[in-house]
Amino acid sequence: MRLLSKKDSKLIMDPLADNNPITIQVLGICSALAITAQLKPSIVMAISVIFVLGAGNVVISLMRNIIPSKIRIIVQLVVVATLVIIVDQVLKAYAYSLSKELSVFIGLIITNCIIMGRFEAFALANGPWQSFLDGVGNALGYGVILVIVGFFRELLGSGTLMGFKVLGDPVEKTGLYAIGYENNGFMVLPPMALIVIGIIIWVQRSKNKELIED
Amino acid sequence: MGLKQNLHKLKEKYRGTKMAPAFNALHTFLYTPNDTAQGGTHIKSADDLKRTMNTVIMALIPCLIFGMFNAGYQHYLAVGDIQAVTNGFFSSEFWNLQNFILGFWKILPLVIISYGVGLGIEFLFAVIKGHEVEEGYLVTGMLVPLIVPIDIPWWMLIVAVAFGVVIGKEVFGGTGMNILNPALTIRAFLFFAYPTWMSGDKVWVEGAVERTKEIANGSTADAISGETILGSLAQSHPVDYSVLDMFYGFIPGSVGETSTLLILLAGLFLIFTKIGSWRIMLSATLGALVMGYIFNMVVDAGWITETSKFYGLMSTEFWHHLIIGGMAFGIVYMATDPVTGSQTNRGKWIYGFLIGFISIMIRVFNPAYPEGVMLAILLMNVFAPTIDHYVVQGNVKKRLKRGKLKTA
Repeated sequence: MRLLSKKDSKLIMDPLADNNPITIQVLGICSALAITAQLKPSIVMAISVIFVLGAGNVVISLMRNIIPSKIRIIVQLVVVATLVIIVDQVLKAYAYSLSKELSVFIGLIITNCIIMGRFEAFALANGPWQSFLDGVGNALGYGVILVIVGFFRELLGSGTLMGFKVLGDPVEKTGLYAIGYENNGFMVLPPMALIVIGIIIWVQRSKNKELIED
Repeated sequence: MGLKQNLHKLKEKYRGTKMAPAFNALHTFLYTPNDTAQGGTHIKSADDLKRTMNTVIMALIPCLIFGMFNAGYQHYLAVGDIQAVTNGFFSSEFWNLQNFILGFWKILPLVIISYGVGLGIEFLFAVIKGHEVEEGYLVTGMLVPLIVPIDIPWWMLIVAVAFGVVIGKEVFGGTGMNILNPALTIRAFLFFAYPTWMSGDKVWVEGAVERTKEIANGSTADAISGETILGSLAQSHPVDYSVLDMFYGFIPGSVGETSTLLILLAGLFLIFTKIGSWRIMLSATLGALVMGYIFNMVVDAGWITETSKFYGLMSTEFWHHLIIGGMAFGIVYMATDPVTGSQTNRGKWIYGFLIGFISIMIRVFNPAYPEGVMLAILLMNVFAPTIDHYVVQGNVKKRLKRGKLKTA
């Protein structure tokens, strides 16, 4: 017996690859550039968005028949804002230094185009279970790119992963640094995140020619 | 059987296969292709891409040779083996074989790496895409070793060239399609990725980095300080070089950009052969002079005093800006790149002027980025199509107006 029907699993799998919110729809770029210099904030950001989008889609979907369409944007904003504040408070309580590092970008999840986009495009027209899957799927698609970018930027820019010095110690000259390797300072700067995302887009589209626009 | 026949046979053998572009390129590069267009209504001109590229490379050779002498000269001067030049441009302290040999062995690998990696990637992309290999990298490959510090580690150069050629050029579709000047993309990548090897006072003289490290580890060797003039000025240090030294190029700096005299001659050569645009060169020079003059006036008016961190560079005589740093090199070889620069004549004036103007502005206001000319050219590369668009639209409007006047 399948855990999910074919249609439902498509809701999760599509945004992970062929309909990825970042690489195909080019949404949510700002935060993807801003917080991916390190792997840890990227993962935390991904989890936060999975929570906000998953829960938000369910809430909006449950209320979809009672929201007057004239004020639906305001209602959606209230829902996101509530969820984002919950995430923000949890982070402040249990991971204060990380919440400092992510600073305004947790708050700015509210303005992440992916979230409002999914509310408008999916949750308002579908039942709660499908909306939940769609929300989690899209947030996962966003998170995957964040983690990939964060992985390469931290590895090449700082020589660490999750804070561990995987390439050796740059000050004491151990590991790779002993033979003259140096960290690539450009990787830490936001423009490089754009280039890394660009390379991901390039690889993805050259593997699947159908994704190339005209 | 000569090389030519062999190549030709190879080419025939691989015709139509995946590797064909690679053999074609090799053949075209070394000999005249045997399948050129015959007859027809072509406008005939010997000025193909290959000749254009070769002319620029010819103009770069003096800078390369000078750079080799200068590398040795700066090194032996710093360790105290020779005296500073006394005798004008042809001083024997400078033009001796010892200097040249040291510089030759330091700079030759940079040239080989630049061409090897860059052309390797061009060949690879040509094979993948089934294009012909373009000659576009020939000039870039020669520019790159001339605009990096002499001690740049080889692996950094390899990474940077690969990045610059792929991201700066191939993703846009290869030669002629790139938005940014590839050589400057490579330099900008190095500058932001490995700033300790690209700026400061330890990288411009051969061996300085290693010696500094030895000293840090407790060796008794003397430190080599090879601050560039821009670096000294930015920190309001005194400058020990005379204006003529700066003009002749007996100063520390990137490998091939120090001699304004040779660059000036090469610039005239490029203008004479109609390869480089005199409009861009002239307007960029004017732009730099105007900005420098404005800063001089600000100092004269007393708005900036010696306590200001901008004083050193702002009070520099405005025309000195042209002979220190990579300003002249950038204007002559980089700004005039026909692919990334403006195409229209009026556009060239605007484009060039802004390059000069912005270069000096970046130099003065952000001493962390001493080589403003690199960033200014990259910035204006991005704006060049916009400038052209408005120049063309302006012309269209003017002519429409003229047409209306006549009919009315």
